Formats: sequence, C-alpha cells, structure tokens
Amino acid sequence: MKNEFLYFALRNRKLRLGLSVVLFFLLLTFVGPLLTDYDPWGYIGAPAQPPSAEHWFGTTTFGQDVFSQFVHGLGPAFLVGALGGGLATLIGTAIGFVAGYRGGWIDEILNMLTNIVIVIPTFAVLLIIAAYLEVRSFFIEAVFIGCTAWPWTARAVRAQTLSLRAREFVDLARISGMRASKIVAFEVAPNMMSYLVMVFILQFGGAILNAATLDFIGLGPTTGISLGLMMNYAVLWGALQLGMWWWFVPPGLAIALIVGALYITNVGLDEVFNPKLREK
Amino acid sequence: MALKVEGLRVYYQTLRGDVRALDGASFSVGDGEIMGLAGESGCGKSTLGRSLILLKPPMKYVGGEVLLDGDPLPIWDRERMAPYRYKKVSIIPQQAMNALNPTRKIGRLIRELLEARGVSSRDLLPELKRRLDLVELSHEVLKMYPIELSGGMKQRVVMVISTLLDPSLLIADEVTSALDVSTQKRVAEMLVGFRDHKFVRSMIVITHDISILYQIADSILVMYAGKLAEKGPTEAIVRRPRHPYTQLLISSLPEIGVRHTERRLSGIPGSPPPLLEPPQGCRFRERCPVAFDRCREEPPFEELAPGHLVACWRAHG
Amino acid sequence: MVELERVTKVYRVGTFGGRALKAVDEVSFEIADGEVVSLIGESGSGKTTIGRMILRLIPPTSGRILFSGMDISTLKGKALKDYYRSVQGVFQDPFSSYNPIFKADRVFRVVRQEFFPNVEEGEWGKRVEGALRAVGLAPGEVLGKYPHQLSGGQLQRLLIARALLLDIRFLVADEVISMLDASTRIDVLNLLAELKGERGLSILFITHDLALGHYLSDRAVILYRGCVVERGPIDRVFGKPYHPYTRMLLSSVPRLDRKWEEGKVGLKGQQAAPTKGCVYHARCPFPYESCKGERPHLVEVEPGHLVACHRIGETEVGKCRRQG
Repeated sequence: MKNEFLYFALRNRKLRLGLSVVLFFLLLTFVGPLLTDYDPWGYIGAPAQPPSAEHWFGTTTFGQDVFSQFVHGLGPAFLVGALGGGLATLIGTAIGFVAGYRGGWIDEILNMLTNIVIVIPTFAVLLIIAAYLEVRSFFIEAVFIGCTAWPWTARAVRAQTLSLRAREFVDLARISGMRASKIVAFEVAPNMMSYLVMVFILQFGGAILNAATLDFIGLGPTTGISLGLMMNYAVLWGALQLGMWWWFVPPGLAIALIVGALYITNVGLDEVFNPKLREK
Repeated sequence: MALKVEGLRVYYQTLRGDVRALDGASFSVGDGEIMGLAGESGCGKSTLGRSLILLKPPMKYVGGEVLLDGDPLPIWDRERMAPYRYKKVSIIPQQAMNALNPTRKIGRLIRELLEARGVSSRDLLPELKRRLDLVELSHEVLKMYPIELSGGMKQRVVMVISTLLDPSLLIADEVTSALDVSTQKRVAEMLVGFRDHKFVRSMIVITHDISILYQIADSILVMYAGKLAEKGPTEAIVRRPRHPYTQLLISSLPEIGVRHTERRLSGIPGSPPPLLEPPQGCRFRERCPVAFDRCREEPPFEELAPGHLVACWRAHG
Repeated sequence: MVELERVTKVYRVGTFGGRALKAVDEVSFEIADGEVVSLIGESGSGKTTIGRMILRLIPPTSGRILFSGMDISTLKGKALKDYYRSVQGVFQDPFSSYNPIFKADRVFRVVRQEFFPNVEEGEWGKRVEGALRAVGLAPGEVLGKYPHQLSGGQLQRLLIARALLLDIRFLVADEVISMLDASTRIDVLNLLAELKGERGLSILFITHDLALGHYLSDRAVILYRGCVVERGPIDRVFGKPYHPYTRMLLSSVPRLDRKWEEGKVGLKGQQAAPTKGCVYHARCPFPYESCKGERPHLVEVEPGHLVACHRIGETEVGKCRRQG
C-alpha cells in the first residue's frame, strides 16, 4: 500500500512541481537571513535604488534593504499559514466529526454554529479587534484566521463522516462495544487521512493568503515584518506611482507562488490518493 | 450469427504485472439468442462483457477479434467504438443504480443522451412511453430525479434507456444479483420480453446464479479463471453438465425443498488460482475431483455434441 | 431467548421530517434457545431494521425487545457490553464490514481490546486459530491479509469466527450470503447450521429467499411493509403457504427443477403506499373489498402457523380462532 502510494507520488508531476516550489521558499526562509548582513529595518543605503549587486532586490524609499525584508518576511508567512491553517483544520475536523457521527440535535446545533461563523462579517470583527488591541502579533493574527476559516472544513468533514458512518464496519465496531470517540478516532478518521492532509494544505495556503490580505490593508500585526506588510508599506509610500517595482513585486510574487504551489500540490495529491484520477 | 468472438484476450495492467482476466475466449451468440454467462466472481465474465463495450485502462486489449452481424468491432480503439456503442452494442451495467446522473431529471437525461447520438428524442417519445409501460414504470418517472426512484425502479429505467435504440447486442451485467427474488423474477422476465419484442437482437446475461439462467437463457457459457469451461444449450448444461466445474457449481445450489438436516449440500472446496501467474494446463486442476496427469496440458475447448463445447480431458475421453 | 413485543419503528422523512414512514409496524415474535428463525421479506419490508434494533444499532419507536427477559433498551455501559458478549451480528456486505485500510484480522484485535484485555497474546492467538478452524478457515491463509485479498465467503466466515470468540448465544445474520457467489453460499449456510447444532446457537436469519430460509431454519416470519403477514414452522410455511405474498415469494425463487410460472409479481403495486387496509392489497391477485378498509389480524390456521389475510377466515380454514 505504502509503496504504491510512493510510486505514484514520485511520478506525479504536479506534486513534484508544487512541493519543490514550497520547499524552495521554505529553504529560503531559513537560509535567506544568512545571506544578508543587513538589518531589515536599518536605513543602510541610498533610498529607492533598483536591484544591484549590493542590494539584490534594491532599497526602499527609506534606504532599507528589500531582500533582507523579503527573507525575514517569509518566516511569518509560513508561521501564520501553519498555525492558522492548522487551527482551522483542527476546529473544522473536530466539529465535522462530532456533527457527522452524533447526528440529531447536536448536529443541528453545530450546523447552526457553522452557519453563524460563515455569515459573520470578518472585516467588521477585525476592525473592532484592531480598535481594541493596540499591539497585535502574528500569533493573534493566526488565531483569528484559524477561528474564522474552519466552516467549510467542518462541512466537508461532516459529509464524509456521515457517509463513512453508514458503512457496516462502523456498525461492527459499535457491536464490539467500542466508544463513540474511539470509533471516530480509529475507524472513521483513518479512512479520511488523505483527505485531511489535503484539507490542511488548502487551509495552509488559504491562511497565508488571508494573512497577506489583512497585512496589506493594514489590519495585520503592528510589529515585525511580513510579505503582506512589505506590500502594505510599498503602496503606502507610493512605490506604484514611483515605479519602484522591486519593492512590491518580490513579496507579491512569492505569495502568489507559494499559494499557487500549495494548490497544485493539493491537486497532485488528489491524483495520487484517488486511483480514478490517475488514468487520463 | 449476431456475435462471433475469436480468441479474445483482455488483461488488467497492475504494478505487479498483467492479470490475465480473459485469456482466450471463442464463442458465438446466434440471432435472437439469450446466452447466459456464468461463473464465480473473478472468473472474467464481467471483463468479457465490458470489453465488448468500453475497453478502458487498466483493461488492456491483448488479442482476438469480435464480429457483430458480420462486421468487425474495433474494441481496442475507444474512439472508433463510439459509433457502435449504445446503437449496436449496449450494456446494463452492474451498478445500474448509480449509472444515472443525479442532477438531471430522467426525461432530460434521456433527451441529452439521444441528442448526443444525433437521434431526435421527440420521435422516440411514444416508443419510450410504451417501453416504460412494459417495465411497469409510470410515465411520471420522466419528470423525476434519480434520487426519487427506488433501486429497482432505477434499474428498470436503465434497462429501458440502454435498449432504446434497438441495439443488436445487449449485455446485462449482474442485473438481477442485488434484487429480491420477486423483483429478480420480473426483471428477468422483462429481459426476455425485450428480446421477444425485438428491442434487442441477442443478449448476454452475466450472472453467478445458474438458476436464473435456467429460467431465461437459451444457452449457457460457463467460465472459470479467465477461460471458457463449457458452453451448451441450457437444458444440456443444467441436466447433463460435462465439465467437473459445471457439475460442482450446479450441485452446490440449494435445492428447493431440501433441508440441511435431510441432505447436506456442499460447495466447491478451494479457491480459483491467481490470474497474475496462472498455472499451466487446466486451470481447474487443483480443485478438480477427477483431475489426472493429462490435465497438466491445457484442454481444448471442443464440441462434444452439436452446440455443446467443453474444455476438459475427461469429457473428451 | 429473544422476544419482540409489538415493536414499531417510525422514520421521519421528507423536508422537515413531516412525513412518517412506518418501517416496522407492531411486530411480535420470539426466538427460542437453539432455534433458527428466518425473517423473510423484500427490500423495504423492515427486516433489516428489525435486525438492527435487536443489535441496538437503532432504537425502536415503541414496543420492547427482550433478551432473556430483560428489556435491552435499558442496557448501558457494562451491561450493554455484556449483551454484546452474547449477541452479535454479521451483515450483508462483507467488503463494507471491514475497514478497507486495515488488515482483515484487525476485527479480532478489536474484540480482544474491548472484551478480553487480560488475555495473553499467546493464549489469544490460540483462541483465534480455534475460532478460524471452527468456521473452516486455515489461519495461515487469512491472517495478515487485507480485505481485498480475501473472497467474500472468507470475509463472512471471518466475521462469524469473530462472533465465536465472544462465545455468543444469539447471532443476527442479515442477508449474509446474498452477496456471495452461488458456490460459496452453501458453505456459509452449512456453517450456520453447524453452529446451531453443535453450540446450540440461536440465529435470526434475515433473507429475501424463502428457499434459503427453508434449508436452514426451524421457523419463518414473513414480513411485508413492516407487518408480519405469516409466521410458523418452516415446513408448514414453506409447504403450505397461506398468504398470497408468501406464495408469490415462493413462486419467484429461481429453481433448477422447474421454470417460473407466468405469475404476477406486481412491481407497480410495490410503490403504492399502504393506507389503512391490508398492507398487501395493492399487489394481491385476489383482493376483497374489505381488504382495503380493514387490516387483517394474525389468525392461527394450524398449530403455531399464523396468517394475516381476510381470505383465511372465510374460505380455507373457516373455523380457526382469532388472535389478538
């Protein structure tokens, strides 16, 4: 079984492409800061310089090194992605399992909760949070994303749980006297492992994109640097009008590439997990 | 001859090699003939049926030829088969219940299917309704979604759809297996009705249940482990089977009126050989109660009496 | 051993659960020690629902199910676990009964975890092998394999072996052979017969095939649309069926000794929703006017043989006494 999975995984071009891009940026997150001595916040050079041997991605209006900001901004992006995406996956899966397996009134209440979270205007809540919290961290951003992004996962997991629950092996587990929590953990969940991995990848990409959006419109963290914040500053200080493409293109492109690569990875995984899609 | 199959070989491609699911089949089905195709699961009967319609990966065409009404069927070429499919050869699939697109009403589904094949659905409407009557479905089903129908009703809808263009050959793949005895009987009778009304010229009915075939088939072909074991007129196969496998298969059926305390029936011990690397010679050898040395060679599938063919050294004596 | 008292199951269907569907309608019968009872009917007759209620997979809407005189709906915690030590089930689809991503013998491990956590590894291995031999399987051939590497017949026998590990007294066998090849069906039937003979096991054999029920069981209960229409000793029900539905079922069985007669199965009538009269009247070949208005009661036509049909009172056995 495992070998067959590896066999198809290694031969899937989408999976290989997606994973290499993601791994490249992940590597850059760790190696990047070693390649530059510049402080991402330091005013270290002439302002508004295009890329050169000295400053690989040029400098900002204030003479900050864009490459240094870029490589330091990658880390928070992945962190928020992993944390926010992980949290959303966790909440969504837990609610989906309980709603799908227990059914009845518990299902109806959880369904209602899911629908409420879907219709809550996220930005309004964010504005309120922004007004109350003067200092916001990446951690709070990730938690916020995690707490608002789970509903579709809950719905999908609930639907899958419902269909698995009707299978006879679940009945067999029940007449073996297994507890409900044990049945979900050891009978239902293992059947959805591949699906849960894909859910996490999608949530991961979604969280990165969400965080970038929040940062960009100025509702992001008030400290630190991130790709979204870089774009926020670039636009604030008129990089677009001044034609300083090197300020906003690298962070924008990186976000697009990372998120895109994650989606491609997901499609590739889907093909690997689902034998029906293997044949063209 | 409506259908003539010569030396047909279809394998399944797997990571570990080819599974020889259908390893050389030669037989023919006459005009107006209902041929039963029987055998245990994994014997290749469904592979045979499906390969005549849509041979797609992991199925692989290896050799042999198929003639339908005298014309060769290009079964190895999915594109070239397209004009024959549904018009000349049609199938009621094993999971007929799930074959219907759930988002379309039955009527629209049929219209789209016909138009895709360049047939006007309006001209066929009276005929369609007549056929719905025949399978005891009300015309209301045309306005319903598949989900609104019971399993048995969906099955009958698929039966009507797949024979609407009067194909030469209809393949019914295990259509009665999942049904109650009562529905099973009606569906089987409907299949005969389709032939009697000339909706289809001839038919291959695939099932593991010989007692159904005894009720409706003109001839029976028994397969074992990818090979043909025996073919003959229904009476001959049921009353005077010559292949030991056929004999055991028939004697394992619960006879009506027998109780286990009065007479214990028995099944066939052992299980079929792996088709990844099938053994040389007769493939039934290991389970056969009358096997002898000669069975290490493969027995030919030859005629014993007119229309009665057997692949067994003992029968050929 | 197991007794059903006016057991009813109502499902809410349609949008907002507005319509009530009676899947099982005041069904009463019992299964004695060491007895095999066939529960026979078409799909939609409620036979599977009854099996699932006995296994406590779903609760009845009303009525009681008693096991050794104890109402099973009251069982909780340890008492429920003890119930499952004595009562087990085998289901229709052998492939769906196994979690596809685990090896098939995991079902034995689960039994050990849940019921025998104190039994040692070696001792448990011996018990498993003993149970496998009892169902006619060679341990080496089935242990350590994935479900898709085994045949349907082998999988069903593994499940019976699983039940034997628990030393059960009652088995619900729900259409256990309908998805098996004709050639392996008889082996599973014989195995059930042996368990009854050698271990005194009681079995509820759920099937749509009256002939299979006859091969195996002592008594039969014929269900149509949730109602018992006939029940009694199997050779009487099989040998002299009174209810037109039972007769239709019997005549529909494909047999090798004679061909089907032109009969009326009446698929259209299957769809008609039963109102207040006899549940079968829409499909009945000879209905009376009264069949539409009044539901017939079960009437004893000969000792232990009960039939619910208006024709009984007026024609064949006019003098029989009425039962509540």
